[in-house]
Amino acid sequence: MTPTIAILLIITFVLSTVGLLLLIWSIANNQFSHGQDAARTIFSPGEEGHSEDPARPSDQTFTGDNSEQAEAIEARWIADQSSRTAVLTWLSSSVFWLLLGSFFGLASSIKMHLPEFLTASEFLTFGRIRPVHLNAVTYGWASMAGIGVALFLIPRLFKTSLVGGRYAVIGGFIWNIGLVLGLSAITLGLSDGEEWLEFPWQIDILFVLGGALCAIPLLLTAANRKVEHLYVTSWYLMAALVWFPFLFLIANLPFAFPGASGATVNWWFAHNVLGLWVTPIGIGIAYYMIPKILGKPIISYQLSLIGFWSLALFYSQVGIHHLIGGPIPTWLVTLSIVHSVMMSIPVITVAINHHGTMVGNFGRLKDSPTLRFVWIGALMYTVASLQGSMEALRSINVITHFTHYTVAHAHLGMYAFLSFILFGAVYFIMPRLTNWEWPWRKLISLHFWLVSIGILIYVVSLTVAGWKQGVALLDAAMPFMDIVKMTLPALQARTVGGALMTLGHLVFAFHFIAMLMRSGAATEQPTLFRPATKETAQ
Amino acid sequence: MKRALAIMVGAALILLLATLTLVVMPYLQMSAEQVPPDLKPYTEQQQRGRQVYIANGCVYCHSQQPRDPSFAPGDKDRGWGRPSVPGDYAYDEPHLLGTMRTGPDLFNIGARQPSIDWQLMHLYNPKAIIKGSIMPSYPFLFRHVKEPVEGDKVVNIPPPYGPETGKIVATEDALALAEYMLALDHTYPAPTLPKAPPKSDEPKENRAP
Repeated sequence: MTPTIAILLIITFVLSTVGLLLLIWSIANNQFSHGQDAARTIFSPGEEGHSEDPARPSDQTFTGDNSEQAEAIEARWIADQSSRTAVLTWLSSSVFWLLLGSFFGLASSIKMHLPEFLTASEFLTFGRIRPVHLNAVTYGWASMAGIGVALFLIPRLFKTSLVGGRYAVIGGFIWNIGLVLGLSAITLGLSDGEEWLEFPWQIDILFVLGGALCAIPLLLTAANRKVEHLYVTSWYLMAALVWFPFLFLIANLPFAFPGASGATVNWWFAHNVLGLWVTPIGIGIAYYMIPKILGKPIISYQLSLIGFWSLALFYSQVGIHHLIGGPIPTWLVTLSIVHSVMMSIPVITVAINHHGTMVGNFGRLKDSPTLRFVWIGALMYTVASLQGSMEALRSINVITHFTHYTVAHAHLGMYAFLSFILFGAVYFIMPRLTNWEWPWRKLISLHFWLVSIGILIYVVSLTVAGWKQGVALLDAAMPFMDIVKMTLPALQARTVGGALMTLGHLVFAFHFIAMLMRSGAATEQPTLFRPATKETAQ
Repeated sequence: MKRALAIMVGAALILLLATLTLVVMPYLQMSAEQVPPDLKPYTEQQQRGRQVYIANGCVYCHSQQPRDPSFAPGDKDRGWGRPSVPGDYAYDEPHLLGTMRTGPDLFNIGARQPSIDWQLMHLYNPKAIIKGSIMPSYPFLFRHVKEPVEGDKVVNIPPPYGPETGKIVATEDALALAEYMLALDHTYPAPTLPKAPPKSDEPKENRAP
């Protein structure tokens, strides 16, 4: 034990010295000086003060007041078109996996309170369809939609055309093949056996390859960029695309980590998939969408950089809070708890920026579908993250660990935060790529209300029941079967919530396909060049 | 490009640090832990049963890690056993610690239910034994035969849960899984348990029912 403590002390000392030197260096080199200018890089000249939301019925589309401004808008249109094939490949695939994942999730939920539902076949037993649900929505929906949106934002952020988009298209195909093989493997009972890492490692190589192929256009486009400042969204996207292949590769190294140390690697990875992969993508998108729709830069650019680096530092070490009370060294658990609590720093800085920028503009939530989805997603990020910090405390964790409470928390993060932001981004992006209006705006509303009410029922019922379950488990006076019976109403409510969400996804997918096929009434002009006179009529 | 590269390198370095503290150091420390002398390696059949456990996702509802009674008293009081230590998992590849207790902890299920007939009956239909159980049944691990032949392991299912005619026979997978369940018995003393002050623990143990 003593050498471990000695090494820890040395690492802590070296770290704080390096951190101090970095701070001195960054102040000396004016790293903190590029303030609000950088925050404005997302606007084309003269665009500030004008909203951009192609999904909004009364959008005052800014087309430039003079020829120079009009040229900049035209250049952005060309940049948008350059990423078209790549973005549509990833987004279309993600919508398919969302539907598949939803059906498997719903079936898993039904099985929890109707255990005799579909038991005859081994391919549909609970222990197989549940991981199919998780992997389909994580690696299929969230990751593919996230990469799709990132591919759309990259040329916009760098103000140039996407270079090497075909690598991303090939990457998308490889990623899809990986999903088909991986989900089939789980169904056939060939799971690797660790949560979040169920795909057999041989198949995981395809994901590393597919992800790496997406990094090529990112690097090529960054090298070609025409902006001086790197907007904060690009920080998050670049970091996420560095982190994911690295994480996925180490965690899947076959036979490297046996026994209890395998559990630490498992949860180091699983929480980093959330913290260093989907979270930076989600926050990054919100950092772009909120100011863009409001036509107003984020309130503090410096704060956003502190938020980025503190997220990187703290989020990367929270994973072991999944093993509180488990058979691993105490220092390791404590380290993760400390980092989990420290996560409130990046969360609060991001919250100040996201919500602070919204102040005075909440009325816009009424008519902008993208803003509504993205901002609610950003709000749920704040809520889910602070809840997560609390759950990492030993006194809370002793109750919530091993219960449905954690499941509710996971869906608050992956769904109410991330998926909402992705929905909002898709509503923003599709009209830009297809040059077509969303045909039925009422469907956007319907989608919003179905998934919102669905996730509300889901989270509330499981949170309450999970807490009661956790308290009861601590005291052996209550027999185990009584606890099971106590949670049943919540498990049934979850099926209702899940069914509403699945219904919402059907509406969303239908609308998405209609967009791809350019259904509905033709407007006289593409969304981008919709004349500003249009909304005065409404 | 320079700044873009700096961000990516910085991000990679931070992850490297996290890898050192959360992957490498625990691995070094825990792989040096002593394996309890009473812990037996899995037999070939038990290992096969472990694969059946993995393939059918038992881990999504069952944990294998009782917590310390001074932290979470319910675990020990429910008879799930002493807190586990890293050495207990020396032969576990991959680990199956679990994160959910929709069903009870199974770290010592072999000690709690040492009968293979109980295990097989329970796998065929949990409700036949435990009223109100929400565990799914696993009919695909069994065969329905008219007349069992020599060497078949017949599982007697109490009515009305069994078939009206013929017999239920366990497949190799079911037998292996049941054997793995029986192997989950970690009631031996754990030499690498962290030395908690014994005096404060003793009265607690006496109080337990």
